[in-house]
Amino acid sequence: MIQREPMTGAADTAGIAGTNTADAGPASPSGDRPVCVSSRDQPVDAVVGDGVVRFDRAERWMHWANATLVLVLIATGSVMYIGALSGLIGRRVLVEAIHLWAGLALPVPFAITLAGRWNRGLRRDARRLGRFLNDDWLWLRKRFRRSGALRIGKFNGGQKVNAVLVAATLPVLFATGVLLEWNGGLSDSWRTGTTFVHDWGYVGLSLLVLGHILKALADPVSLQAMRRGTVPRRWVLAEHPRWHDELPPVDGGPSEEPPKG
Amino acid sequence: MGVPKRDDEIEGRDGTPVGRRAALGLIGLGTAGVFFGASVQSRIASGLAPIAALDPTGLTGLVPGAGGFRIYTVTGDLPERSRADWSLKVHGLVDEPFDLGFSELTEMEPTGLTADFQCVTGWRVDDVEWKGVKLADLLDRAGVQDTGTHLRLTSFDGAYSESLSLSQARRDDVLVAYQMLGKSVTSEHGGPVRLYVAPMYGYKSLKWLETIEVVDELIPGYWEERGYDVDGWVGDSNSRSDEPPEVSGT
Repeated sequence: MIQREPMTGAADTAGIAGTNTADAGPASPSGDRPVCVSSRDQPVDAVVGDGVVRFDRAERWMHWANATLVLVLIATGSVMYIGALSGLIGRRVLVEAIHLWAGLALPVPFAITLAGRWNRGLRRDARRLGRFLNDDWLWLRKRFRRSGALRIGKFNGGQKVNAVLVAATLPVLFATGVLLEWNGGLSDSWRTGTTFVHDWGYVGLSLLVLGHILKALADPVSLQAMRRGTVPRRWVLAEHPRWHDELPPVDGGPSEEPPKG
Repeated sequence: MGVPKRDDEIEGRDGTPVGRRAALGLIGLGTAGVFFGASVQSRIASGLAPIAALDPTGLTGLVPGAGGFRIYTVTGDLPERSRADWSLKVHGLVDEPFDLGFSELTEMEPTGLTADFQCVTGWRVDDVEWKGVKLADLLDRAGVQDTGTHLRLTSFDGAYSESLSLSQARRDDVLVAYQMLGKSVTSEHGGPVRLYVAPMYGYKSLKWLETIEVVDELIPGYWEERGYDVDGWVGDSNSRSDEPPEVSGT
């Protein structure tokens, strides 16, 4: 399903159309990469012409598979939770079944992405998201964010907070959901407590997902990063300078920076 | 040359491990919530009750733990029927089957009671006021024949149904209700007329009541066919042990 390295997609020139078609191959003739490769299959953090691979194919696949499940879960959960919607949609038994199966499938995209040798991008980005540098804390405060002086890595403080909270909430919702479905061993008080946790998790996750979607829609480059994988190098330098430092240096091709001397 | 940094050279070596702490924290919080959520919930419910009573939007009911009703409908849309179009058919093994319009029902001797509404899935709404006619009065009016042992009650949504034994149906705390919390029963809550079986879990209180048939055998209802107990006593069925509702007449 997910090809490992760049060669396979060589014919798919359309894949790079989003960012930069004119100069897709490395300018250096000594480059050991094929001249024309699709950015769709490039490993994470690779540089393709003027574009940088922000999310590799496995990461994007996981994101959209997971997003589909989470949206189905929030939608069916809302129908069961919000009285006005319950009245509108009804079909209690069907809604329950969809919610149950989507919930049980929730760990699958993550497990598939983590289990294969295509997991490198996920591991790298999880590592980045999980730790807060000094500038990430500062980013969370508007005054500093506006200053433009922060050295932000691949993800800013807000993205880290969102990712961390979503990643921590999903297992809690999964576990309490499983307990609610197979509740044989639970006392009434525990069952009520489990419902309570599941309900608050639902409210919290819905707000996180809503914020995430609004932020993504407000930034076309971010949205493109998750749709096609690549972002312009210019954008990386402006928005995520510390990530730019982690990229391979610009060699030959059209340079954004004046040569150092 | 164009090679990204190695995995151990990228961001993530240093800084605070916020991700791990947040994950452990939330999992800990979730676990604590399973054990202590019930008591937190009752505190939230009592704290919000005065606000919820004044809140015309009903949004406070959406706060988890605020003790609001959850709405269950088993068909594709919310069953709606005006009072004028509504009528109740009482038939089966009775001497005098009859149809009863809404105004005829409200002309009968009313009974009020206040009781907790306990759902089998765990949520509970305290002190709900009901007003209606005792099911027993309707049965007496029709005259149940000796061969009758059970009731089969159906809903005008076309799917929902319930069963009661005659002795259960004749209890004083079993109403054919047309008022809830001082107002008409809305269609969300099963209006214009629904059943209210105070000592049993919510699923026994059939919504959108349309027919009452006296039969000579137990015919399991909608939720009973899906695994819930036929005798749905609160605290003594469905492997739950909730406190039975406190019932007081008015």
